[in-house]
Amino acid sequence: MLVNEVINAKDLPVMEFDGIIVGGGGAGMRASLQLAESGLNTAVISKVFPTRSHTVSAQGGITCAIQSDDPDDDWRWHMFDTVKGSDYIGDQEAIEYMCSEGPKAVFELEHMGLPFSRTEEGRIYQRPFGGQSKDYGKGGQATRTCAAADRTGHSLLHTLYQANLKAGTNFLNEWFAVDLVLNTDDAVVGVIAFKIETGEIYYIKSKATVLATGGAGRIYSSTTNALINSGDGIGMALRAGMPVQDIEMWQFHPTGIHGAGTLVTEGCRGEGGYLLNKDGERFMERYAPNAKDLASRDVVARSMALEILEGRGCGPNADHIFLRLDHLGPEVVHKRLPGITELSKTFAGVDPAVQPIPVVPTCHYMMGGIPTNINGQVISVENGEDKIVDGLFAAGEVACVSVHGGNRLGGNSLLDLVVFGRAAGLYIEESMKQGVEMKNASVDDIDKALERLNKLNASTQGEQVSILKEKMQQNMQNNFGVFRRGDLMEKGIEELSHTRDEVDNMFLQDKSATFNTARIEALEMQNLFEVAEATAITANERKESRGAHARDDHPERDDDNWLKHSIYYAETKEVSKRDVNYRPKTVQAFQPMVRSY
Amino acid sequence: MSAAAIPVEQIKTITMSIYRYDPTVDEKPYMQDLVVEIPTDKDIMVLDALHLAKQQEPSLSYRRSCREGVCGSDGMNINGKNGLACVTPLSEVLKRNKITLRPMPGLPVVRDLIVDMKQFFDQLEKVKPYLITKSDSPDIERKQTPEDREELDGLYECILCGCCSTSCPSFWWNPDKFLGPAALLQSWRFIADTRDEATEERLDDLEDAFSLYRCHGIMNCVSVCPKGLNPTEAISNIRNKLLTREKN
Ligand SMILES: Cc1cc2nc3c(=O)[nH]c(=O)nc-3n(C[C@H](O)[C@H](O)[C@H](O)COP(=O)(O)OP(=O)(O)OC[C@H]3O[C@@H](n4cnc5c(N)ncnc54)[C@H](O)[C@@H]3O)c2cc1C
Ligand code: SF4
Ligand code: SF4
Ligand code: FES
Repeated sequence: MLVNEVINAKDLPVMEFDGIIVGGGGAGMRASLQLAESGLNTAVISKVFPTRSHTVSAQGGITCAIQSDDPDDDWRWHMFDTVKGSDYIGDQEAIEYMCSEGPKAVFELEHMGLPFSRTEEGRIYQRPFGGQSKDYGKGGQATRTCAAADRTGHSLLHTLYQANLKAGTNFLNEWFAVDLVLNTDDAVVGVIAFKIETGEIYYIKSKATVLATGGAGRIYSSTTNALINSGDGIGMALRAGMPVQDIEMWQFHPTGIHGAGTLVTEGCRGEGGYLLNKDGERFMERYAPNAKDLASRDVVARSMALEILEGRGCGPNADHIFLRLDHLGPEVVHKRLPGITELSKTFAGVDPAVQPIPVVPTCHYMMGGIPTNINGQVISVENGEDKIVDGLFAAGEVACVSVHGGNRLGGNSLLDLVVFGRAAGLYIEESMKQGVEMKNASVDDIDKALERLNKLNASTQGEQVSILKEKMQQNMQNNFGVFRRGDLMEKGIEELSHTRDEVDNMFLQDKSATFNTARIEALEMQNLFEVAEATAITANERKESRGAHARDDHPERDDDNWLKHSIYYAETKEVSKRDVNYRPKTVQAFQPMVRSY
Repeated sequence: MSAAAIPVEQIKTITMSIYRYDPTVDEKPYMQDLVVEIPTDKDIMVLDALHLAKQQEPSLSYRRSCREGVCGSDGMNINGKNGLACVTPLSEVLKRNKITLRPMPGLPVVRDLIVDMKQFFDQLEKVKPYLITKSDSPDIERKQTPEDREELDGLYECILCGCCSTSCPSFWWNPDKFLGPAALLQSWRFIADTRDEATEERLDDLEDAFSLYRCHGIMNCVSVCPKGLNPTEAISNIRNKLLTREKN
């Protein structure tokens, strides 16, 4: 059966696994490793060869209190920083779990062969990152981000791939997952997926389905994200009637290369680099007198945007900021930041050991996602009550467990991936041991999951993908960026609602079954659109400023009304609230405070 | 980026001559000349130009992901030389306003610029590209001195793009027997790692006439590697290691 035919559920071939993992990035491959090592029949489905996943781009490092740089470092301090960084809507039980389990997960990576940079003592090298402190914010800057030069994501992803090869994981590489199959008991019983090379399509049936599909930064026109970051998992979940949580929370990274969007790591500032406006002023000293250039990302990004808005940007159009590194000397720049040197030369035409890098705040990370508990089980919210979705798990950037709340700290995503990828794997392994039965889907259930694909194949006219994408990206960029305002967001939402129909009915001209990238881009566009719409509606609903969500018309944080997660369902397009977890197991909860750096 | 967004005075046209082949439609491969409008106020990458071409010709197929030279998706043959489209500035490769793009040579073509990398990855798997340890792992990390770690620089950065192996004549002739520069670089990456405890087995596996010894030091691999890595040197390091082992 090929992807370009009219596809009937009853003719569709079936593949069966105990567990399938959609996504071969850091989160997916950490989960799959756990399952493969436990001998379960599992497979990883990835639309690109696993080492081409976006995790490969992560640069600066993985934050964790492994007590290498500072033998007195404490995971509780890391927890404090993360809670504060989240602007107090990160779930404290999850943050506690991540920070305390973190060292184990990082050492495991080292044992698998991750080529971390080293200290003179032979331990893992750590560098300072933004928002890090010692002694619960009272002991000054901490140095907590474990690094493999500035290629930590590359090293982590390749190491996990290597470990999975060793463990004998099944890989369905260059397979595209289209939609979840949901049965009438509301259990998730697998996915529809096709092999990109040949177009062979299957119902892939499983007892446990893990979404590890990564982020969706491509909803914005300027982003550090890979071209494949199209929020497929979010689209699949929303269409299957699952909610998303805190999806309005998008991180703008302070240092995307002006014009290109490619990232230069926060590690640049960790190594001693700093930001300058057109007057050569180190303006972060004004906005964050203590942490300065290493304040939390949302704070730095807003300060930069203000400098530019107030006419102190650099360059002929006064539209960017300079990141200075040359004072560190070529030795540090080339040894600690070799990848940055390469990227700056290629995309900005400057050698950072000599000249400053032109940078602007750029869309970087999706804090929100599919709500899960710490076992990775997906949660839906019914009448204000949490309910576990049978058979569905999520981990990594697609998930919202939630450890990042309103603002993620640098280096915490890679930790999130390995800690919660592992946790989901452990939970599934354990539950399979106890015995989980394979549930069935009816022909109707499967047909429903095929609808979108069949419609696209049947299209004879309609708008082109590239045009729709550009329209959406501009809209999101202009109306849902670093600073937000009710009237502009309303306008943006209105515009999206006009585009909705075109997106549902777009035209796929190329109907070939063989490595058809046009079909994939069309399917991805529909996913991006789900993410964009959820973001827009929820952002407009959250009438306060918190973390990365900064509103000119509601400039203050509103703990009375919004010390809450937002929950959005696509069916109703309505936003509700969910309680934030303030019940860590081994420490006292950190209560909301004024957030200053 | 769309051509429509650029003011007219900042546009010039180039010809992209691109290898086209969709086995389900085309009897045989052909070269298609696409005239593409590109901006003149800034340099763009070959990959950006491909995106513009794809807007005209949506069926044009190629792989891409990171668009910053770190994922290894878009290795292709650009004017006769393998490289990554996303980090190759158009200005460096345009010749009389023309550029020629073909799939990487030596591997079966799936469609257009997309090759079947199976052979490449099969060879990689043969070198056991993962750390093998026999002693128990400590509770924390294994120690490694900065100097020992430095031995891995120039090796661990490989992005598995395939540019090297698909420009290696020895790999073209014997893609199933000769491991090729990428796999051999990875082999050395683990032999060189002080934490690895399987050097002897790794060397044993390379001792046949083909796996390693088909390399004739032609250095094509080195000249194309977009990450500036040196597979030839890795290969000669393995040879030396085998030689000293024989002597002892
Ligand atoms: C430039 C950059 C630098 C960063 N640096 C850091 C850093 O230094 N430290 C840090 O902690 N974080 C960093 N981050 C964030 C971090 O890298 C990401 O959040 C993280 O890598 C996401 O991992 P993931 O496993 O969730 O998803 P990804 O790595 O994005 O993987 C997603 C996987 O899902 C697959 N997939 C998606 N959709 C489908 C589908 N429909 N069918 C089949 N497969 C599918 C893809 O093929 C891929 O394998 C950085 C991010 C960027 C953009
Ligand atoms: S040096 Fe060896 S591996 Fe490299 S291209 Fe030549 S024959 Fe191939
Ligand atoms: S050695 Fe270089 S050319 Fe070869 S696969 Fe690795 S990165 Fe690509
Ligand atoms: S697209 Fe990733 S290397 Fe070019």
